[in-house]
Amino acid sequence: MFLKKLCEFDCVSGNEKAVRDYIRNEIYQYADEIVIDSIGNLIVKRTGVSSKKTVMLDAHTDEVGFIISGITDKGFLEFKTVGGIDTRVIISKRVRVGKNKIPGVIGIKAIHLLEKSERNEVPKIKSLYIDIGASSKEEAEKYVELGDYAAFDTEYEDLTDDLIKAKAIDDRAGCAILMELIKEKPKYDTYFCFSAQEEVGLRGAKIAVNRIKPDIALAIEATTSSDVAPSEEKDYVIRLGNGAAVSFADGATIASEEFYKKLLSVAEEEGIKAQTKAAITGGNDAGAIHLAQGGIKCATISVPCRYIHSPAGIASKADIDSVKQLAGAFLRRIDEFY
Amino acid sequence: MMLERLTQSFGPSGREKEITQVISEYVTPFSDEVYTDALGNLIAHKKGNGKKIMLAAHMDEIGVAVTYIDEKGFLRFSKIGGLYQRRLLNRRVRFSNGFTGVIDTEENNKDYNIQKMYIDIGATDREQAEKMVSVGDMAVFEGEYKEEYGVIISKALDNRAGCYILIKVLEQIKSENDIYFCFTSQEEVGLRGAKAAAYSVNPEYALAVDVTDTGDTPNCPKMAVNLGGGAAVKVMDRSVITNPDVRIKLIELAKKNNIPYQLEIMTDGGTDAGAIHTSREGVKTGGVSVPTRYIHSPSEMVSKKDLEACIKLIKAFCESNL
Repeated sequence: MFLKKLCEFDCVSGNEKAVRDYIRNEIYQYADEIVIDSIGNLIVKRTGVSSKKTVMLDAHTDEVGFIISGITDKGFLEFKTVGGIDTRVIISKRVRVGKNKIPGVIGIKAIHLLEKSERNEVPKIKSLYIDIGASSKEEAEKYVELGDYAAFDTEYEDLTDDLIKAKAIDDRAGCAILMELIKEKPKYDTYFCFSAQEEVGLRGAKIAVNRIKPDIALAIEATTSSDVAPSEEKDYVIRLGNGAAVSFADGATIASEEFYKKLLSVAEEEGIKAQTKAAITGGNDAGAIHLAQGGIKCATISVPCRYIHSPAGIASKADIDSVKQLAGAFLRRIDEFY
Repeated sequence: MMLERLTQSFGPSGREKEITQVISEYVTPFSDEVYTDALGNLIAHKKGNGKKIMLAAHMDEIGVAVTYIDEKGFLRFSKIGGLYQRRLLNRRVRFSNGFTGVIDTEENNKDYNIQKMYIDIGATDREQAEKMVSVGDMAVFEGEYKEEYGVIISKALDNRAGCYILIKVLEQIKSENDIYFCFTSQEEVGLRGAKAAAYSVNPEYALAVDVTDTGDTPNCPKMAVNLGGGAAVKVMDRSVITNPDVRIKLIELAKKNNIPYQLEIMTDGGTDAGAIHTSREGVKTGGVSVPTRYIHSPSEMVSKKDLEACIKLIKAFCESNL
């Protein structure tokens, strides 16, 4: 319900205000305490039946995108990427620039003008630019300033009854799940943390965790579904449609064996579809959370998403529901996780 | 005996349960309290009214984690810690439940791409393999313990040698200082355990006790550390420039007590000292290292004399007036 709206915000790392305000307004009624901290984390506390323990649920609000770093004499915008973006997926894509969402296209020399050798090369980011149709620097400056962000211009669409196409499923899917889970009164004091700046190095979560000081934490994420041609089956990290992806380890965290196995067994007991995320790559807020303070028990459950960090990802509503169910079961059965 | 048991116990990064139990047995009789934390660090506390000192030796070892089981029962895997891909072929790995596997590759040209390597556990198909191991299970490299002519050869001397030294210091120490013997987790994947332990212990001084490379084998990179040359007092590595007060104190103590020592600058690799010295508002941190040949192989080699020197030097440091 929230997902369509969430995925259409343009909130590249450091510019999360719009999505943060939306989330805040939607869940205001369930909050016992709301803090927006210095970096832009939205931290919403729901008081539990008991205050003996503190639980943290994390999803990040930011998305990958671009920041305008220069304007050429001819009115083209130079840019830098914000977060991990593969240059090959951005060429000729539509973007929205700045507060006023000026439409633009990421331009490159057309095929007719390419040298033969250039056709086999991945172009450098430096050779790309955003074209907003301005004919001069002066004209462009009327619409865009240095430091403005640009985000992918992608509509949310239902591809089938189950599959959706959108940008920023990483991690608005997680945000949507947290917005649902906050509706139920938790057993213990639970902080729903909508973290900023994950894509540039887990920066929001790193601070939030020191404010929350949880006893246990769970990161809700979106992660690479590699079940696509030309990957071989052995290289599949997770598969779309196979349910909630539980990580045993990624590039930033090794989950405690008891914790991730308990998540898998709870999924089995409750009839929730789940799979093990089978690659030690990437990293998410759990990486910052588990090392904070004197060390915090933390695991990750992810929504499988194809074409992550691109203008258009594909995810399954059933998978999103599985992640929600499993995170919900975690909150309900929290005592079993200590 | 103790060092043999330590090196042969199972404990890849993040899966340190078995090695934790073994070390607990050794440290409990000599400690005022022993506890573990959320990261899996094992901390033995010997109380005192003096300075608060953290001694850190990581107990995890490098290994592999299963990422996929194919229909014929072969396993695909990821690295846990820094593995040399070209040295993996035909090495044996052991899972915590005792099953053994052999690493090989599907490539003929042997360009050592880990994506093309697999572990053969002798299973006939996926079904049988899944009864033996699961995706997410970790395994460690096999490497028997041998002791002869004053040297020890084994797997996981990085850093069970450091754990051994800490246990020996704990057994022998007589000090007014307040000392935390931290057997840290997850060092090999980025000093993760030490980061949490340093925060919770909140020490004034710290020593990281780990292995260091040597520069005394044929045609190896130049380095002024020799096997058998004594305890290596760390000057710097990739993660830390040690605190001068601590470094100078260690050198003075070595000279005063006739403990053989050498100075260590290791350009390749970091240690827990890196995480500890930048914890909270900063910790005066040094390092004492065991010169070790063939680090991250199943046949790491240390000298017994060097182990003794490290024990004496760290004990002297903990008993000194800081």
